[in-house]
Amino acid sequence: MPALLEVTDLRVTLHTARGTADALRGVSFAMQRGDTVGLIGESGCGKSITALALMGLLPEGASVAGSIRFDGQELTTLHEDALCRLRGARIGMVFQEPMTALNPLHTIGRQIAEPLRLHKGLDAAAARAEALRLLQRVQLPQAEKRLDAYPHQMSGGQRQRVVIAIALACGPDLLIADEPTTALDVTLQREVLDLIAELVAEDGMGLLLISHDLGVMAETVQRMLVMYGGTVVESGPTAQVFDALAHPYTRGLFAARPRLGLARGTRLATIPGRVPELADLPAGCPFAERCTRVVDDCRRALPAPRAVGPQHHVRCIRPYARGPAVDE
Amino acid sequence: MSEAPLLEVRDLVKHYRLPRERLFAPVPLVRAVQGMSFSLAAGCSLGVVGESGSGKSTLARLVMALEPPSAGQVRLDGQDLHALAPAALRAAREKLQMVFQDPYGSLDPRRNILQTVSEPLRALHGATPAEQRERAGEALDAVGLRAADLGKYPHEFSGGQRQRIAIARALITRPKLIVADEPVSALDVSVQAQVLNLMQDLQDKFGLALLFISHDLAVVDMVCDEVVVLYQGRIVERGAPETLFQRAAHPYTRALLQAVPRVQPGAARLRRLAAAQPAPAADGAWAAEGCDFAPRCRWAVERCRSHRPLLRPLGAGAHAAACHLAETVAALPGGSD
Repeated sequence: MPALLEVTDLRVTLHTARGTADALRGVSFAMQRGDTVGLIGESGCGKSITALALMGLLPEGASVAGSIRFDGQELTTLHEDALCRLRGARIGMVFQEPMTALNPLHTIGRQIAEPLRLHKGLDAAAARAEALRLLQRVQLPQAEKRLDAYPHQMSGGQRQRVVIAIALACGPDLLIADEPTTALDVTLQREVLDLIAELVAEDGMGLLLISHDLGVMAETVQRMLVMYGGTVVESGPTAQVFDALAHPYTRGLFAARPRLGLARGTRLATIPGRVPELADLPAGCPFAERCTRVVDDCRRALPAPRAVGPQHHVRCIRPYARGPAVDE
Repeated sequence: MSEAPLLEVRDLVKHYRLPRERLFAPVPLVRAVQGMSFSLAAGCSLGVVGESGSGKSTLARLVMALEPPSAGQVRLDGQDLHALAPAALRAAREKLQMVFQDPYGSLDPRRNILQTVSEPLRALHGATPAEQRERAGEALDAVGLRAADLGKYPHEFSGGQRQRIAIARALITRPKLIVADEPVSALDVSVQAQVLNLMQDLQDKFGLALLFISHDLAVVDMVCDEVVVLYQGRIVERGAPETLFQRAAHPYTRALLQAVPRVQPGAARLRRLAAAQPAPAADGAWAAEGCDFAPRCRWAVERCRSHRPLLRPLGAGAHAAACHLAETVAALPGGSD
């Protein structure tokens, strides 16, 4: 049986006003149904571009190399019509901003019914009944009343539940959630993450969760990929990655996190410098400029992934051995 | 306290009127801020935490004198901002700067970064172009951007970079008080750490007072000397962060703490906020008398639904909570885990 999703050496080049930018420089991973995988990184690391590439939604003029196989089918060369039949049907997506992901001019019921009518050919009454069932499934209070409500009549958390209902409408095999809780309050964030985790477990679909929050990752996914400068710098089972923090960037991110219990006046360990611009990425390791362990070899070529544990890989020639989280 | 506080907020109330639903129906009110009092000394930082709808952003706008309160006072250096004549208010604004929540809405897309960042200098100090450029360059450098970015426009920056520009704009006049409404929630983790460190540095260096509004308890814990927790327009708990987070005496503070995702891989995940049935705060019958949090509270008893608890001091120090069962709740184990 082929993997549900197999991404091999995915490269994306964007053509911007400032020249070509290598937004992705060889991203590879695979996942099965039921797997939960997290992509973590900061803005500009390529995590959202990865999601867009998977959905075939890259901006105009982007060139893609490498392979994305979904259930054995190659997506990078797939015709737009065929992609349209996949998106919303077998691949669902939850976007970051529940405010903008919904159309303000249509009722909630109609927006949930849309993929059902398009992909499943349900008639209006059947689609409405199914939309109601979905709203109940995402635990929206007073679901029946809400079918005829408009997005502006709902709170952020309720809208995000609606977006999740739309993504799940056709029973997708893969759910891509791009920062689904970033715009929400902590208490709502917890509820929405729990909801996603429950639904994913019930349906046995694959979950690709994109986030910048290490805490969210630790609680939600089995496996995580840490991205930096358009490449995966560390990947492995979540517990192992947190245990080892082998890549200097992963370790830096971990130390930079504000956490409860730090005394007032504590200085957070920062990562010096700034995220490199994709348009002028160095030839070598993209993190070299900010790394405290850098040696000359780091700047020569992008380090190849090397195993530091079972299924745990790091793109670094001088990874940390297991040890305390903050040591420098 | 011996000397007068820099900022003093007294019995602040703000109601917004909504359109009538029917011609003869009473005008519905949103009670955004329902009587808040606190003070902030020069050079100190006060954290304000709560969910959306708790009144955090309304409080910020009232403190900044961007809109008038329905009742109550905001005193800065002893002057009631809302009673000042326009010219005097304009002069007082020099001491106040704000960092807004939305980095997309708070920068003018038609102005370049130099114009944006140096605008407070032009408006308040009449600085020379060379001085503006120099100070703007320093401010940008301080927030992690390049001085070479001065000629660029907001659309050329990411959301995180835009927020740094907004912070640079607030820092440039070296004000006495910065009101920061979720200033780092849009920033990346590594940059967030830089900015938090920077804000602490600036605070120490210039004796800057900070009214720091955030939903992120860890950030508030790190930056603030004192924290107030808001729920539906009222202060439900107040205290030093270490007291508040270790011996939280209000069930809502506990609920907030438990919701924070932790990096504890392997540890079983705590499912669901305890009995958190988010009851939307309509002008409901229960809201008039009892505790606002009672419908979501797992410890609620009869008295909570009939009598509103007032903010009352607990033990030594500044710790106070508005809960009938505060002592019981504070004695529960594991305030922050």
